[in-house]
Amino acid sequence: MPGKPIVQVEHLRKVYGATVAVDDVSFEVYEEEIFGMVGPNGAGKTTTIECIEGLRRPDSGQVRVLGLDPQHDGYALRPRIGIQLQESALQDRLKVWEALDLFASFYPRSIDWQSLMEQLGLADRRNTPFAKLSGGQKQRLFIALALVSDPEVVFLDELTTGLDPQARRAMWDLVRQIRDQGKTVFLTTHFMEEAERLCDRVAIMDHGCIVALDTPQNLIRTIDAEQRLVFGVDGKVEPQLLSNLPGVTRVETIGERVIVYGRTDGFVAEVLNALTSSGTRFRDLRTEQLTLEDVFLSLTGREMRH
Amino acid sequence: MRGFWKLTWTEIKLFLREPMAAFFTLAFPLMMLFLFGSIYGNEPTPFFGGYGSVDVSVPAYTAMIIATSGLLGVTITMASYREQGILRRLKATPLRPQSILGAQVIVIFLMTTLGMVLLVIAGKLVYGLRFDGNPLNVVLAFVLSSMSFFALGFVLAGLLPTARTAQIVAMVLFYPMIFLSGAAIPREMLPESIRELAQVLPLSHVVTLLRGLWMGDPWTKHLGEVGILTLLLIAGVLVSSKTFRWE
Repeated sequence: MPGKPIVQVEHLRKVYGATVAVDDVSFEVYEEEIFGMVGPNGAGKTTTIECIEGLRRPDSGQVRVLGLDPQHDGYALRPRIGIQLQESALQDRLKVWEALDLFASFYPRSIDWQSLMEQLGLADRRNTPFAKLSGGQKQRLFIALALVSDPEVVFLDELTTGLDPQARRAMWDLVRQIRDQGKTVFLTTHFMEEAERLCDRVAIMDHGCIVALDTPQNLIRTIDAEQRLVFGVDGKVEPQLLSNLPGVTRVETIGERVIVYGRTDGFVAEVLNALTSSGTRFRDLRTEQLTLEDVFLSLTGREMRH
Repeated sequence: MRGFWKLTWTEIKLFLREPMAAFFTLAFPLMMLFLFGSIYGNEPTPFFGGYGSVDVSVPAYTAMIIATSGLLGVTITMASYREQGILRRLKATPLRPQSILGAQVIVIFLMTTLGMVLLVIAGKLVYGLRFDGNPLNVVLAFVLSSMSFFALGFVLAGLLPTARTAQIVAMVLFYPMIFLSGAAIPREMLPESIRELAQVLPLSHVVTLLRGLWMGDPWTKHLGEVGILTLLLIAGVLVSSKTFRWE
């Protein structure tokens, strides 16, 4: 059951010179969801999010955020949205607490930035200048600045780029907390795993177009991709033993590791039976779940470029 | 307005934390004053038309501070704020563009003024600085000269593609200009041919205007300088409003 639409985009188009950055993109983001836009670098994600934020002027199409046009009602809208930009910085010598104090003063209404600083784990860095913060600390500060006005929608552009896996996971928890406070989150990422783990709904973008939009589970369910069964063998296994099985589409052997591809749900049992009855010893057997990476591959015929 | 004043206050603190900017605007002119003051003293001499070396140097150093603020300060700060994405981040807030840039202008103007005030106080206390002009006239000329040079800085920041090139071009313009215009060394010490050539430099007109009003000249004697600096200001504002880039 979708909630109230918070962001409405219809036929958005943006061209830079001869390059069509965003081509006829339409979608809606609903209240209190984490909506993700995922795709390779250069797919048009940042252009789309910045048109929605009112930072770029679309060449054509309609954008509404909280019922307002970001181009014409930008200054009415900005106090109600929180923005984290992909490429930005603060003054090198600006201290963490000064940044929060400064940005709080820009908004007609702001929340207590002291508690925000605690909540984002920046309290022990309150007197650290911006230039001396780590990548993760800078991103947390930018999130704090996006939240300081207590916005209804938060836009996060490539939030976890450049962060190590641990910091990235901590950031996901943070985003979930923001949503649990009743806010709507719109994020872009080029990490498929991030979109899959974090987002309620995902729009997959490629070459300026949305090629699919649904929940991660539905996206994975709809693709007609092969499942993978991976195991190790002692010695060798005759490929014909497995590739002749009805559910199996192909078999790859890399040294002692065997990967069996299949489409039907029953192919795993067929492979296990064949291995057991032929007396082949196997270990470390696992099935690999399909991911959004596979969805992207099946929709575009290409691997995600990182 | 609260955000505008908070930004202004924050930028003042950041200016004072930046050792290079604070040094060249506030400390360096004082060092020049004490260095040449200790060499030449401030005895009246016919060479300076009956004034002492310090008397003619204080208005000239004031011109040097204006050039430091406009050419180096505005150009380099704006170009690097743009390159780092600081302007982008500020522009994504409810703050109006004119507030963001206005805060910068106020801060750099305050610092330029502070640099001049320190010079005047030190000159007065240590060398018995002589002042024969009308303080209001000098203040007005100071404001006009500062705004003209700040506008020039905004033009350069808008035209030059990166912070690095902005820094290099600003330096290349700044150093010859302060020496040839008579801002850093009295123009009486320069050969006549260089003095004439230096008339193409906008800073020469700032030096002439400030020194003249300082010694009690009437405005009517400096309509040329006022005209040139006003034109520079108008042209600078018009050009920079077209060429200024936020990212």
